Parts: sequence; structure tokens; C-alpha cells
Amino acid sequence: MKMRMLLVAAAAILYSSSSLLMAEADGKWLARVPDEDKARVNPLAGQAKAAAAGKIIFEENCARCHGVDANGLHNRPSLRSERVRHATDGQLAWMLRNGNPYKGMPPWNSLPEQQRWQVITYLRTLPPAGAAGGKP
Amino acid sequence: MFASPAFARVLSWAAVFLLPVPLLRAQEKPYFVTYSTDLEEPGNLEIALKGLTASPKDANAFFSPTMELEYGATAWWTTEVYAQGQATDNDSTVFTGFRFENRFRPLPREYFVTPVLYVEYESVSRADKSILEVTGHDGISSFQVNNSQSHPIVEHSLESKLILSSNFKGWNVSENFIAEKNLSNEPWEFGYSLGAARPLTLVASSQRCTFCLQNFDAGAELYGGLGTRYSFGLAQTSQYAGPVFDFRTPAGVTYSFSPQFGLNDNSIGTLWRFKISYEVQQIRDLFKSPSKRNAQ
Repeated sequence: MKMRMLLVAAAAILYSSSSLLMAEADGKWLARVPDEDKARVNPLAGQAKAAAAGKIIFEENCARCHGVDANGLHNRPSLRSERVRHATDGQLAWMLRNGNPYKGMPPWNSLPEQQRWQVITYLRTLPPAGAAGGKP
Repeated sequence: MFASPAFARVLSWAAVFLLPVPLLRAQEKPYFVTYSTDLEEPGNLEIALKGLTASPKDANAFFSPTMELEYGATAWWTTEVYAQGQATDNDSTVFTGFRFENRFRPLPREYFVTPVLYVEYESVSRADKSILEVTGHDGISSFQVNNSQSHPIVEHSLESKLILSSNFKGWNVSENFIAEKNLSNEPWEFGYSLGAARPLTLVASSQRCTFCLQNFDAGAELYGGLGTRYSFGLAQTSQYAGPVFDFRTPAGVTYSFSPQFGLNDNSIGTLWRFKISYEVQQIRDLFKSPSKRNAQ
């Protein structure tokens, strides 16, 4: 009996969590970024080594949800979208630090700040969705 | 120390469990008792084996393995189940019980000090030697009792923690405040733990490598009891401190290790702790239909 209750509880957790996570990112977070953060400049912008390191970090931590090609998986947002491309480096840094927990994005504050900038440097090297190598 | 059949049995089971480790990666701090505010990433399942061995004064040496399954239900909710046991030299091997815990992130963004709330139910016998936390007047005397006397007594407890973390300049500093209530008629017991750790380098290498400094974390941990509601304080409590280390292999397994030292006569002299963990990423995607799984 106890085992059956545990199984039911586990199934409920699995089901409810996947439902909660299916809420698509809507971009409202952009408005929550303070001006000071929005204006921050990526100290590693344009550096090839930083982009190479960012690619490795991305593949280890982000690709399972956003796809190896960053086009998004299972309703999780593409990182080649117009919204992301038009966001400032500071806005992306704010998102990586804080996440958007109620929309399914965890904070990545546990990664050192330099590594978060490396990821952003890598994201800037990706072609837009629809371009060669991107999602049609 | 591990010459008895009991230890051999436990170690064999641990080896069987750990050999088929898949190539996946786990992100975590190297602490053994202290929680940081990092939750499991939503959809990921972390499987871990925590081990503790020690030779308490005037008691038999023991080994206590704890199996841990941690699932990221959402980005603000992590749920976890522990199953634990112990093998004591010249005594016996026993399954000591289970714990079911949940951690919640109440605020939608990070602050200089970010809180997480923790609630746990545990059904654990008095023979438990896992020392996953120290509360009340827990001390060395409980390790000097034979399993035949302590194991039949099962305690059902509720435990809550306030977990606070700060991240700055690569450092993580975490503080836990623990309040535990045995559901039988016993007073509230309190405890604390503190931890600080950082990676050995903050900038990741541009090449894949096994022994890059970014794959190593080092830090320290301090924890102990704070008495009960009626006798709050450090008197007759046990206190421990020690360095903590971990190593994340590119193959995906994280190894953690810590020697921890008792700081007073009521504590065990030295605890040797280790942890091996790996993360199955997006396990719930395995339950989706292939068409949905491939949808982008």
C-alpha cells in the first residue's frame, strides 16, 4: 500500500512538473531587467577563445533544453530568435544570473560570472534562426 | 577496518551500483551537509551515493552509505528521496530508513542573499549513522550503542531548514538554519551548517580537458548542533569542520571528498566522507512521444 502511494506521488510530481514547464517563455522578463544591468558590457565580447569556451559550457549545461544548435527543444525557447538577438549582453547576463523560475528557466548564478559571459560571447556567434545552420 | 563480511557486502553493492556510470554531468557544490540554493535543473534526475566512514572512540568502526535520488520538478521546486543504511564492524548491517525532502525557491530572482526553504519528512531508526545533519544534542554516545538495541527504535521527524546563499567573485557562501521535530513527544532541536567554496579558476578553458582547474572546487564546511528548545546553545552538542573538494570529470561523474574533524569531546574524531553522483538530464523527455520529443 505504501509502495503504491509512493508511485502515485512520483507520477503526480512528474506530470505536474512537465505541465508547469510547458509554459513558453514570453519575453516579459526583458522589461524586468534594471537599466543598470541592461547597460552592462560583455568584457569578453568578440574574443574567439571566450566563444570556444562558451560553446563547451553551453553544450554541457544548456543544450539539453535549448538544443545543441540552440534552436530550442520541447517548447523551450530558441536562443537564435529575434528576441534574444535584440537583447543586450547585459539583459542576457541578467537572465543567466536570475533565471525565470516560474517560466522554467533556472538561475545559473552558480556558474562564475566569467563563464556566463563566455556563454553570451558564444551565443553572439550563432546565426539567426532561418539563416544557414539555423532553423528554417 | 573493512575486514568484516558486513563491510564487504556493503562495498560490493556500492560497486555494483557505481560501475555502469553513464556519460552525463552533474553541477553541484562540494558540501556534504550544507545546502546551497542551487536546485536541480528542471527535468533532471541526479543519482548519488554518499558514504561516510569513521572509527568513533569507544565504539566500533562503521560505514554508512546513503542513496540519493534528486529530481528537478520545476525551476523553483526540487524533490528528493534518500535511502540509507549502515554496517558496523563486529556488529551488523542494517537498513536504517528513508527521507523525503522538498526544496522551494520562494523568490523569482537572485539577491545578494538568496533564500530557499526546505521541508523534510524522515523515518529513520536510531541506528542511523549517516550524519546528514547534526541537531540538538546529537553526540558520540549514540554511536556506542549496538545495532540490536538502537535499530528497533524508529523515529519519525519533520525537519525544516532555511537555506541562504550568496555568490560573489566565484565564491559560494551558504548558511543553513535547521529546526527538527520528532513527531513523538520530544522538543524542537536546532542545528546549523556553514559552507564556502569556489572553483579553482573562474574562466573556463577553450579546449575540452579532464584536469582543467575549472573542473575542481575546493572549500570548507562547519556544522553542528544548537541544542533544543529547552537547552539552546553549544553545550553538549557535537561540532565538525573540514575542507571539501570535488572533481567533475568530462565523462560526467562528480567525485566529492572531505575529511571532517570533531571539534569537541562529544564529536567523533574524524569523519571520512565521499560522494559520487551523476545527472540524467531531462529524464522526463524520455516519456514523451517521439514526435513531441523531436518537435522544436
